[in-house]
Amino acid sequence: MLMMLIAGIAVLAFISASAMFLIWWERKVSAHIQSRFGPMRVGWHGVLQPIADAVKLLLKEDIRPAEADKLVWWLAPFFAVVPPVMAFAAIPFGKSLIPKDLNVGILYIMAISSVCVIGIFMAGWGSNNKYSLLGGMRSAAQIVSYEIPMILSMITVVMHANSLSMQKIVEAQSRHWNILHPNMLLAALVYTIAATAEVNRAPFDIPEAESELVAGFHTEYSGMKFAMFFIGEYTNLFIIAAISTTLFFGGWHGPFLPPVVWFLSKTYLCIFIWMWVRWTFPRARVDQLMAFAWKVLTPIAFVNLAITGWLLLK
Amino acid sequence: MRTNEIFMAIKTDFPEVRQEEETGAVIIPKESLLKITRYLKNHRLAFDNLHCITAIDRTGRVELAYTLYSISEHHGITLKIYLTAGEENVASLAELWKSANWLEREVYDLFGVIFLNHPDLRRILNPYDWKGHPLRKSYSHPEVSIKPRL
Amino acid sequence: MNTSQTKDICTEEFLINMGPQHPSTHGVLSLELKLDGEMIRDCTAHIGYLHRSMEKLAENRTYTQFIPYTDRLDYVASMNNNMGYVMAVEKLLNLEISDRAKYIRVIAAELNRIASHLIAIGTFAQDLGAFATPLFYCFREREKIIDIFDQICGNRLTYNYMRIGGVQFDLPKGIDEKIKKFIKYMRSKVDDYDWLLTYNTIFLARSKHIGLLPKDLAINYSVSGPNLRASGVKWDLRKDEPYLVYEKLEFDIPVGENGDSWDRYKVRLEEIRQSLKIVEQALGALPEGDPTVKIGRIHKPSPSEIYLRTENPRGELGFFIISDGSAYPYRLKIRSPSFSNLAVLPELVKGLKIADIVCILGSLDILMGETDR
Repeated sequence: MLMMLIAGIAVLAFISASAMFLIWWERKVSAHIQSRFGPMRVGWHGVLQPIADAVKLLLKEDIRPAEADKLVWWLAPFFAVVPPVMAFAAIPFGKSLIPKDLNVGILYIMAISSVCVIGIFMAGWGSNNKYSLLGGMRSAAQIVSYEIPMILSMITVVMHANSLSMQKIVEAQSRHWNILHPNMLLAALVYTIAATAEVNRAPFDIPEAESELVAGFHTEYSGMKFAMFFIGEYTNLFIIAAISTTLFFGGWHGPFLPPVVWFLSKTYLCIFIWMWVRWTFPRARVDQLMAFAWKVLTPIAFVNLAITGWLLLK
Repeated sequence: MRTNEIFMAIKTDFPEVRQEEETGAVIIPKESLLKITRYLKNHRLAFDNLHCITAIDRTGRVELAYTLYSISEHHGITLKIYLTAGEENVASLAELWKSANWLEREVYDLFGVIFLNHPDLRRILNPYDWKGHPLRKSYSHPEVSIKPRL
Repeated sequence: MNTSQTKDICTEEFLINMGPQHPSTHGVLSLELKLDGEMIRDCTAHIGYLHRSMEKLAENRTYTQFIPYTDRLDYVASMNNNMGYVMAVEKLLNLEISDRAKYIRVIAAELNRIASHLIAIGTFAQDLGAFATPLFYCFREREKIIDIFDQICGNRLTYNYMRIGGVQFDLPKGIDEKIKKFIKYMRSKVDDYDWLLTYNTIFLARSKHIGLLPKDLAINYSVSGPNLRASGVKWDLRKDEPYLVYEKLEFDIPVGENGDSWDRYKVRLEEIRQSLKIVEQALGALPEGDPTVKIGRIHKPSPSEIYLRTENPRGELGFFIISDGSAYPYRLKIRSPSFSNLAVLPELVKGLKIADIVCILGSLDILMGETDR
């Protein structure tokens, strides 16, 4: 009982620290790609910037649009934050550093992450604003479509490891990482693209496409509610990076250094690549996005699944 | 083709036009506007580009000036119509050149000239419920008429 | 699904108002869109939010006093506006200017064309979602041009540099070294943009075949500038009705093929390269002399009128000036390129999606200061 409590508190503390670090890091990475400096004033090279942002958001006035659907609008941020936090229960940080090694780990994470789309859709509907509604609808379509290639690519890993449990998947890569197999490489690519669409990041960030929909589904949120969406987005980013590390890059395996250091560095390297992609490419259009998911990624994922099955049966 | 040559070409088919002395613009009577502009567009003179429509508020009359250019033939001409006060309406050229749509709306907004058969004659630069036509000489506003010292 | 079932599905058009405050409408422009889901059924543009009655003000200002007002028309390409107005007044007065002034005007105008196209490209890429990175690069290049202008005339945005009869100041010492360095730097940067953006898959998918403007429609709507050239019409006033010293300089006119948004972007990118060529040649051929104005500031042209058009970065800017013999113009009409270019927008967006309207608006490169005057 005490262990569970400590594990829970540790996870929450890590999430907060990680979200703060990611906010700072995203701004620095984007700034240097755009040949400018980013936050420099608050603390050494701006490291205290996330704290300044948090204080600002806490002190902001909480404005509610008069015509908004009260309960739906108020509940939406919770649906954006709580599922990613819950998904942390099955992320393997180290050899025995996992809050709970569920024997259906990966399935649990996928199921819980799918609940996020409800939050976005509730935000879009509850705001009583045409722009937000468009953003919410686009997001629902996008996330639901991209779940299929994502899960299909994860299934290839599960087939290799013979288990849904996260720790067993990592242990199955003790000899060599999963990504070194060619069919796993393909699965990793499909997963990376699908996961970018799952967390609404560029080039698939149309739900919050600033230049078209002002701020998309979170137009009408200010203050702490907006902070909830923001933290939810960065937590989601960490989760998909953690999953990609676990499934494809060997999890916490690595010589000399303690496993948790390996896990974290691999995860943050994946996050860096996601950030790099965000600040380099333009945005895809809604129908092109959907066509890509259904006509390109899903067939490739299915073919990959068949190839994996054949390879395993050989 | 030079302006004089274009004027002579128009005059052979439409004897009612005359030329303004200082500027070389071709003055046409208001009733022949559609005829002559259709001729200018479809004839070998090939005026395919209606560049600018403007109005000038002289005492007793409003002059409308149409500037036409030809991309294929590399020449241009200015047509003028003198509208007497009280009869400030003229046919719209929006069916011949689509650029006339907004240009005529602007002239209506600023001068009050009505363009008959215009597809959507509303104000364009001023708010839709503005009263008065600002670029008339009779329209005065204290802030606009201050002359800064030289 | 057979037709009887689809008849039961009731869909409603809804009205959405894009602007006047919107991150992508390039100023205060209000677009009323009738949407059917994501498809646009109809689009109406409402302008006039930035109407400052410049033409009425012109009737109470002398010809020289009106020059700063022309800066504020197309505030991104002030030198070109100044030049168009000042050339119109000089033709009205039958005034000749010195050769050095002509070359300096060409250099300033072409540098400003580069600066204006950089904004067009940067904001176009930003509207497509390449969020801010191309914009920052373009503004970094633009800083260098603005720095050069700062040294020439003291201003960063609204230059007020041209005068009736010449220019305000002569070029300072050492500026040609700076400009030469900039040309070399800019050439490598344009290649960078070409490599990063032009053939990027997502960029192509977003802008190719979007907003097709056929040749005849473009000419009929009196579209001008890079938009017209992207539709396949090889028309540039600098070559077809040359003014100042453009006939002595060698440069090409880039022409597009289909008239889609990608073509408009590509034409602007190529025009930057050509403008660099022009500036280089003009710097090399700069004659000695005094480009500043030697005549008085009050001009009283004889009663006549003039219409002069020049090639602005956004299209053909025309000044219709009517004088009545006094020091104040009787009527001054500004024919702005963005006004005519914007009129074509409702025709281009029928049947496309909201994301496309942002793309087309960005590629047409509208500036509201010029549209509304």
